[in-house]
Amino acid sequence: MDSNVEMESVVTGVQIKKSTNILLNIFFIILAILCMYPLVLVLMVSLTDEISIPTYGYSIIPKEFSLSAYEYIFGNFGAIGKAYLVTIGCTVFGGILGLLIMAMYAYPLARDDFKQKSLFNLIAVITMLFSGGLIPTYMVYVRLLGLKDNYLAIILPSLFSAFYVMIIRTFYRTNVPKSLIEAAQIDGSSEYYTFFKIVLPLAKPALATVMLFSMLVYWNDWYYPLLYITKSDHYNLQYLLYNMQKKVDSIVAASGRGGAVDLSNIPTETARMAMAIVAIGPIILAYPFFQRYFQKGITLGATKE
Amino acid sequence: MNSMQNAIKAKKKKKKNIALLSMLLPGLIVMLINNYMPMFGLVFAFRKMNTVQKFWGSGWNGLKNFEYLFKSNDAWLITRNTIGYNLVFIIIGIIVPIFLAICLNELRNKKAAKVYQSIYFIPHFLSWVVASYIAFGLLSDEYGSINGLLQSLGFEKIGWYTTPEYWPIILVLVNTWKWTGYDTIVYLAAVSGVNQELFEAAAVDGATRFQQIVHITLPSLIPLCITLVLLRLGRMFYTDMGLFYTVPKNSGMLFDITNTIDTYVYRAFSMTGDIGLSAAAGFYQSVLGLIIILGFNAIVRKYDKDSAII
Repeated sequence: MDSNVEMESVVTGVQIKKSTNILLNIFFIILAILCMYPLVLVLMVSLTDEISIPTYGYSIIPKEFSLSAYEYIFGNFGAIGKAYLVTIGCTVFGGILGLLIMAMYAYPLARDDFKQKSLFNLIAVITMLFSGGLIPTYMVYVRLLGLKDNYLAIILPSLFSAFYVMIIRTFYRTNVPKSLIEAAQIDGSSEYYTFFKIVLPLAKPALATVMLFSMLVYWNDWYYPLLYITKSDHYNLQYLLYNMQKKVDSIVAASGRGGAVDLSNIPTETARMAMAIVAIGPIILAYPFFQRYFQKGITLGATKE
Repeated sequence: MNSMQNAIKAKKKKKKNIALLSMLLPGLIVMLINNYMPMFGLVFAFRKMNTVQKFWGSGWNGLKNFEYLFKSNDAWLITRNTIGYNLVFIIIGIIVPIFLAICLNELRNKKAAKVYQSIYFIPHFLSWVVASYIAFGLLSDEYGSINGLLQSLGFEKIGWYTTPEYWPIILVLVNTWKWTGYDTIVYLAAVSGVNQELFEAAAVDGATRFQQIVHITLPSLIPLCITLVLLRLGRMFYTDMGLFYTVPKNSGMLFDITNTIDTYVYRAFSMTGDIGLSAAAGFYQSVLGLIIILGFNAIVRKYDKDSAII
């Protein structure tokens, strides 16, 4: 890549003018500010003193800086701590188990000597084309399997994605030499030994990206808890945040209608923004480290064989 | 002797096949639960059902659920919203990311390009619940920063969550904010993959950089563009619950403009408890979704076999 860049500058006429470059940079900087402004606003509100909100509203520059929102949140860390554990548990367990299941499913599909591969490929592709929809899925999960308020109900839906299977399969085909698998077979290696000792290590880049993507799905999931979780001690982080907003809204609406509501023990304006920041959590800190994998994964997903 | 060798070979082959089949098993079980068993549940759309509890005992309802759905104005409204938003998202999802990818690729300072690209990708990292808080920070009636700006400029405050007119723009903006960084990376990979020699040859022939982009870069993006558009057209009857349910905060006054098939199915199911109606709408979505994806796939197959999904 780098040598390409240097080469480029040698040949004239394949680069934009210096002035155009400056204009483009200004354009991109403005766009970056617009893109980040709303997120920074939430961060800044969470760092503002509650008292100044009614007078000044949400402001990107805190009128009075204060950490009291975070003190409030970490002072009442019980529910949030539990939700963190649920989210981390589902993210790690679902991410790893799902990856293993998908990597195993993709392997026979990448093998030319596996006779039924087109049948099992089709079985996976159909799941991308057609679905039973919300009600039938709900019936299977709740009525048939009895998964209401079970963590499995939030792990199972995101465990297997045919799309990721196709990405992994393509990667096996292009990056794991057939001769290597054949050589292992001649040496008497079992299929499982070949798979775990030879194929998986070679497929690391694709596996890492798929795992990161599926972990992000688990971390950000609020929809499956909405469907299947009713007990508040089973809430994950995003669903807790979702409920906080709903709770505040309904209480505000009730007090607007003249209902007597005790506002003292609900999350205040700044605390709920602080909660949003807490819910973004470590995943944003991990972003710079995993960025390369994410970009690779996105690119892998867009290319077909 | 020969037949014995063959028998051993066949046995080995069988063993190998069983090992490979067993690798498929966990995935098959998950698909059975998540995808195939619910497909049989599509018959719920034709059953009489009032509560989740009693559905085994209740009888058939024929097409009554559908009759009810299509007699109301709802069917038209949710179909219009679902298709309308998706088409706008698809068009913006072509123009904006390709424009940004090409411009990013032109930057002389490659490090800065990396930084911009990383910033634009951040929204994709955030959950829809967080995104709804972020939107609330801007749009809150009382304290939102947009209303603050309007007031300081001497305008009246706007009740964003109670005024439907603004929501088509708001939803499109939020969706663009969330997806542009992602799509830009996809196109950027294709843009930077164009053969440099083509540009050099064009430059020697006196083509300006702009001409090079129009005649070399843009045409090279067409296959990728077709694949992505096809994938999205196939999802034309599906919408993101996060965008259409959490971002408008389930505000009743916005339903006409924010209700899509997905939010309709969920609300009919969870709020009014009308399971038959909800199942009918879900059935409608599944069938239309399948028809559209097979249809587009057939068209693309005709012109470019490699871009087809199946």
